[in-house]
Amino acid sequence: MSISSLSTERRRFLKQSLLGTAGLMIGVRAHAGGHALVKLFENNISTELNPFVLIDAKGVITLVNSRPDMGQGSIQAVTSLIAEELEVRMDQIQIVHSDGQAKYGSQGSGGSSTVRGLWFDLRKAGAAAKEMLVRTAAGRWNTSPESCQARDGGVFLTGTDKKFSYGELAVDAAKLDVPKNPKLKDPKDFKILGKYHKRSDIPSKVNGTAVFGIDVVVPGMLYATVIHAPSVQGKLVSYDATQAMAVAGVKQVIKTEHSYPGGKSEAIAVIAENYWAALKASKLVTAQWDDGDLVQTLNTGQYFKDAYAAAAKPGVRAEEDGDFDAFFAASEKKLESIYETPFLAHAAIEPVNATAHVKEDGSVEVWAPIQGPDGALGETADYLGIATDKIKIHPQLLGGSFGRKAFMDFMKEAIDLSRQVKAPVKLIWSREEDMMQGPFRPAMLSRMRGVIGNNRLSALSHQAIGESIQGQHWNGLADYQADDWLAGELSKENHKYGFPVHHLSYSRVKTPIPILWWRSVYASNFAWGQECFIDEMAHKAGLDPLAARKQLLRNSKRDLAILEKLEEIIKSSPALPTGHARGIAMFRSFESMSAAMVEIARKDKGARIVKVTSIIDCGQYVNPDNVKAQTEGNIAMGLSSAIKGGITFSEGKCDQTNYHQFQVMRMSEMPEVEVHIMDNLENPGGVGEPGLPPIAPALGNAIFNLTQKRIYKLPVDLDNLV
Amino acid sequence: MAIFNLTINDQRYKIEAEEDMPLLWAIRDLVGLKGTKYGCGIAQCGACTVHLDGQPVRSCSLPLGVIKKKQKITTIEGIGSPQLLHAVQEAWVEEQVPQCGYCQSGQIMSAVALLAQHPEPSDDQIDTYMNGNLCRCGTYDRIRKAIHRASGSAKPKTMGTH
Ligand code: FES
Ligand code: FES
Repeated sequence: MSISSLSTERRRFLKQSLLGTAGLMIGVRAHAGGHALVKLFENNISTELNPFVLIDAKGVITLVNSRPDMGQGSIQAVTSLIAEELEVRMDQIQIVHSDGQAKYGSQGSGGSSTVRGLWFDLRKAGAAAKEMLVRTAAGRWNTSPESCQARDGGVFLTGTDKKFSYGELAVDAAKLDVPKNPKLKDPKDFKILGKYHKRSDIPSKVNGTAVFGIDVVVPGMLYATVIHAPSVQGKLVSYDATQAMAVAGVKQVIKTEHSYPGGKSEAIAVIAENYWAALKASKLVTAQWDDGDLVQTLNTGQYFKDAYAAAAKPGVRAEEDGDFDAFFAASEKKLESIYETPFLAHAAIEPVNATAHVKEDGSVEVWAPIQGPDGALGETADYLGIATDKIKIHPQLLGGSFGRKAFMDFMKEAIDLSRQVKAPVKLIWSREEDMMQGPFRPAMLSRMRGVIGNNRLSALSHQAIGESIQGQHWNGLADYQADDWLAGELSKENHKYGFPVHHLSYSRVKTPIPILWWRSVYASNFAWGQECFIDEMAHKAGLDPLAARKQLLRNSKRDLAILEKLEEIIKSSPALPTGHARGIAMFRSFESMSAAMVEIARKDKGARIVKVTSIIDCGQYVNPDNVKAQTEGNIAMGLSSAIKGGITFSEGKCDQTNYHQFQVMRMSEMPEVEVHIMDNLENPGGVGEPGLPPIAPALGNAIFNLTQKRIYKLPVDLDNLV
Repeated sequence: MAIFNLTINDQRYKIEAEEDMPLLWAIRDLVGLKGTKYGCGIAQCGACTVHLDGQPVRSCSLPLGVIKKKQKITTIEGIGSPQLLHAVQEAWVEEQVPQCGYCQSGQIMSAVALLAQHPEPSDDQIDTYMNGNLCRCGTYDRIRKAIHRASGSAKPKTMGTH
């Protein structure tokens, strides 16, 4: 959102705007004991200074959060950016979620983009509104704006006790032109940004009042669950719902349509008065599916066979600096290794769900835990073939997502079911459906090759091998193309390791196993190969892995500073007890560099993780405590991805049905954690994902340092290392 | 269908349901208290944890038919009040534990029960007691700190510094 578009928006929306529909727009409002979710009623008429700032005559200041919150803290982050420049305190505001309309700009939470993408635009939105309020006050006092000061939601006449609250100024302020280049604050004057602030959504998340997608109640709604083809793409031949229909509370058993990446298949839905009845009945439906050759092809064994075969052939070139192959062939001291990462489920504790109401008049409302209301609006319009002004999207809190809920197959199912049964429908996938249908983090291989020169690492080749997300979802990748998401992450421009000779290639391995972005996307796969291999090369060169990285990054000051910080941490820690070892790794994703150090200790035939120390350089940030929280979460999820079993497919279906088979980290496995943030005034980078990629390779490198045995394949069985 | 008289958070609820309906769905869909969450349905994730006479139970795996008339059910809505948070909830706010927050009702219900049994739990006792509650967001370290804080046995680190 640029300021000029704010100006157009202002004209289009005139001075008054209507907020929400009766009782259904949920916001966060400050009250004595903190913040609570509130309902904003239809007659709440506020003056819109711009789409993100609404002020009513009583002075209630409403800021719009345009990025759905799945736990990453966007409710606080987005509104902090506005509030800082608007000069209002966080306890003076109430917050509503944007509904997907274009005036809010791009509204997808994903790619760790919220703060780094909105850092200037949202501050400008706050600053522009403040300037308009100040100019209005100055006009009333017949003085210059310079003689006025905005703070705490009011404009003060300097040197007097005269004051107008924002509420008293808003209507007149909205008549002014929106300043094109409002002055932004000097970071040294920040009161909110970069400072510790408690998150206003937390009280509601400890007393059960926070409303997640799964909790939404719409009058007259029915509950539904869906049975998909276990083979994801299988065709529905027939089904028998006689027993299911006999379950008390069951209304209907009907067909619906499931969108998987790149296609559609039929599914069966049970509609009932309560969710339990639907769930119970769904287990009594017998269905025949025609799986075609999926029994053979939907198979992780087959996928890895194809992937290792691809590793034996050159990939599509993505980047080349010098002639790596010639150099490798001519060199004596060289290394080659293949690293493997598994398929993984997102496994957010809230299963995917959506509530939809396709009404008789053709309008539609959707309440769902989705990562982007703009995407949801567009997809709903496309799906039903109707105009977006007939659709109201109500984004809800997400009970975790990690990328999954940005793929909105479940939302379309809820819409289809509501359309068929002519009532509001809440669809909740069972955990089993959620786990077995994916889509999953893809399994990948990294074929690494390297040349060691005189006391230095001279050449690196990374061949990335596996299915492409873009290719599978949008058929958007020709055979001669490298997946550019992946190429971006592994590029020399990204890792900044100064190898004189560098080569990057990609080999696509097609599979019907459905895949999707997963926290940190491909970085979660390829950091494993890249960073374990840098250690391998360092050991072969007789160099300390940290020193080797310092040498490679000698021209990258910010990255060097991280390594120096790591050295400092190591130096000031007590000496490692015998039977303990450390490993390090670093990886840049979403414009933030994160380094990790994992300490492990021998335990019986294996090892236990003692401590993980992470350092993140994300430039400027909103709330240091949230940067830490996200990094802690990335440590847990990164370890989970390294030491817990992955997702496998055999005989045309997913082998893991629930958390007893797809294990994720539990309390007793959580090591001590320590997070350091690099403080600087650089532009913000991502925070929600960058902490994850270095965790697994730091563990792999620690295992090598403990056992002298190199682990190539994840997950690793930490209990059995010898 | 059978009639059940449930005592939830000291309130009596009369509901009509099948005997095999798990308590979780009765609480959520029939009584309408949505703070208790569904995560797995097979006693693996702990999101549905409530107290039955003070003992933590996985409500997804507890059929209504086995609950006795006199038994008292407590959910996340019943351990504090909007005006006055329970000490455990307060500690959760102080340590800024929740990320998405979805698992936290279950975590808190387990922690309240843990502290009733071990007022000053060791890390090992926390690990054992809390191991049935998954948090995919990875808030375990903060949960541990919050439990120590609530128990009064902790010397919590100063917040807001790094
Ligand atoms: S929903 Fe009951 S333990 Fe997971
Ligand atoms: S806070 Fe998200 S699952 Fe625990």
